[in-house]
Amino acid sequence: MKNSCDISIKHLTRVEGHGNISIKVVEGQLVHAHWEVVESPRFFEAILVGKSWWSAPSLCGRICGICSIGHTLASIRAIERAFGFEPPEQTRTLRLLLKHMETLQSHVLHIFFLAVPDFLNADSLLSLRAGRPEIVELAARLKKLANDGADLIGGRRLHPTRLIVGGFTKLPRQDMLVSLQQRLRQTRHELSKAAELMHSFVLPDFQRETEYVSLKGETRYPFIGGMLLSSDGVIKEEDNYLEMTNEYLTEQSTAKWSRLSRDSFAVGALARLNNNGTLLHPGARAMADSFGLLPACHNPFYNTAAQLVECLHVVEDSERLIGRLLATTWQNSRATPIPRAGKGVGAIEVPRGILYHSYSLDKQGIITKADCVIPTSQNHANIQHDLTKLVAESAASGLPDSEIAQLAAMLVRAYDPCISCSVH
Amino acid sequence: MQKGLSYLGRNLPRPRVAFFEFTSCEGCQLQLLNDEHNLLDFLNLLEIVTFREAMTSASDQYDIAFVEGSISCSEEVAQLQEIRTRAATLVALGSCACFGGINQLRNRFSDSDWPSRLVYGDSTIPMTPLPKVLPLHALVEVDLQIFGCPIHKGDVERIVTNLVVGKKISHPNYPVCMECTAAGHICLFEHGEACLGPVTRAGCNAWCPAERSGCQGCRGPAEVANLEELEQIFQQRGIPLEVMLDYLECHGGFPEWSARLRQKLATATTQHTS
Repeated sequence: MKNSCDISIKHLTRVEGHGNISIKVVEGQLVHAHWEVVESPRFFEAILVGKSWWSAPSLCGRICGICSIGHTLASIRAIERAFGFEPPEQTRTLRLLLKHMETLQSHVLHIFFLAVPDFLNADSLLSLRAGRPEIVELAARLKKLANDGADLIGGRRLHPTRLIVGGFTKLPRQDMLVSLQQRLRQTRHELSKAAELMHSFVLPDFQRETEYVSLKGETRYPFIGGMLLSSDGVIKEEDNYLEMTNEYLTEQSTAKWSRLSRDSFAVGALARLNNNGTLLHPGARAMADSFGLLPACHNPFYNTAAQLVECLHVVEDSERLIGRLLATTWQNSRATPIPRAGKGVGAIEVPRGILYHSYSLDKQGIITKADCVIPTSQNHANIQHDLTKLVAESAASGLPDSEIAQLAAMLVRAYDPCISCSVH
Repeated sequence: MQKGLSYLGRNLPRPRVAFFEFTSCEGCQLQLLNDEHNLLDFLNLLEIVTFREAMTSASDQYDIAFVEGSISCSEEVAQLQEIRTRAATLVALGSCACFGGINQLRNRFSDSDWPSRLVYGDSTIPMTPLPKVLPLHALVEVDLQIFGCPIHKGDVERIVTNLVVGKKISHPNYPVCMECTAAGHICLFEHGEACLGPVTRAGCNAWCPAERSGCQGCRGPAEVANLEELEQIFQQRGIPLEVMLDYLECHGGFPEWSARLRQKLATATTQHTS
């Protein structure tokens, strides 16, 4: 079947940041299919040099507007580990609860605002107000719950104000936590409606055997710290993250790329589910089964479904965490760790995969060296390899240009790339 | 989209609006999608024709351009100039656009190539970093600034509504301290903590001090702001001036002040070590 196309998408829409897709096919044969990252670098690793330990979390939160809570927490974890400070259980529980609110907010943003328009042939979620108002309202309700929860715990939904090295500047009101717990319970029903919607979509049928990397759950689905695990069997300590990420530079990207056992690997919701699916809470596990995600799925388009499963998991887990918080007597939430010279690594599962911050500090706690490895930068090479296979297969089967372009854009969106983050 | 928008019985045209982002975390655009309870009413004020992060279609025909981010690569300069020629009103959205934001912290290194060498070595990348990060007004005329890192949605809604109905837009000229005191928060200096509330432009309802976090001046200086007095407050409270410098230079809103303080501290160090 003869099919030639020359597709150039400059600044792909409905993704965070700036990326281009360039595809050339001649008579059904792929010439190239490039994923290019053309985002301005911000040099956070330089910016941090000379800054004090206490200022890093708030600066690093500004790496990203969508996952600012995750960056702040990874930064705090790196510093606390460098100082040998172990946060008490109450602080750990509140941090995890706050992180769950970010996961919910970010996943809902991707599922509804960025991905859903592809499946309903719409220009944007907001353009569905006339025909499918119930979807817009569902998205707004879910996002509002997550944002209200983030305000309650972190002080502010974007660039949190209460999170500091050592704990929190302020604690949430207990009665507000009770009402958050009630709202979370009602949200299970909302998420089942979202799952019905997702089941009505036809996700592209595409597979590529992939290495998946995530934190390794021990008794619970992993979010903050711990061992690193690849589905190809590589296991590393958190401190040895460099052996997991193996960053390198390419001319087509201002973000660094990563590889491990193969040419590329994937991180994110699908990777976490593939590596830790048995640790999901019961409702989330049933939802994962309904999408055929367990025990493992190698279709990158299903990352969006995996995100929805994680939405339910974090809702179920947040109910549990609030129950635990309410059952205990609260302690002072703020400690001041004592600076010492050293190095610390903080690994956190943020919505798009594992985020690593690592700092070297002098004895006053001034940062002398900083390294941040962002999940989207770990995914770029995998997006590139998926894109190559997807376009080759689509061209060989004679799909028209417009469908190839649409599939390519949907593939990149399925990874929910956070491009400005990846070029931190 | 609803038609026939009116205000006090007067029919209003809905301006064609475009959103753009340069070097930034895109958080300010994300803030526009927050406050879900009145999001749809707010959006109904505007006819959004370009918003890359949320919609597929785009148009070059717009009245108002909201521009987020600072300018840090040469490729961004021409794009900004192009936006300027098309927009009747160009709005700088957030601290990065107004002052250079967090990104301008790389300007403090005397060797402007060092950050790039640190991250990329000698490798070629598809963008060309400028020696210094710039705010929008350094390159084009800016009609309106919306301050903050992040922008405060309530502030934006007030400003945008005034813009659409043609009311005069003004920013508070008093400092964050006024809002903080009025709300009855305990002064952070009383806790021995640093805060730029006394010198920073209000309008955020003391967003950070209300949560017991020091103001880092993301909205730039208030109309009457006194560096010498602030220095004295820091010294009286035993807070090192290095901390004050970190706060002042964080978002780029106090470039002269932070340069002066940096110089002063460098001189003191030289005298101390010599």
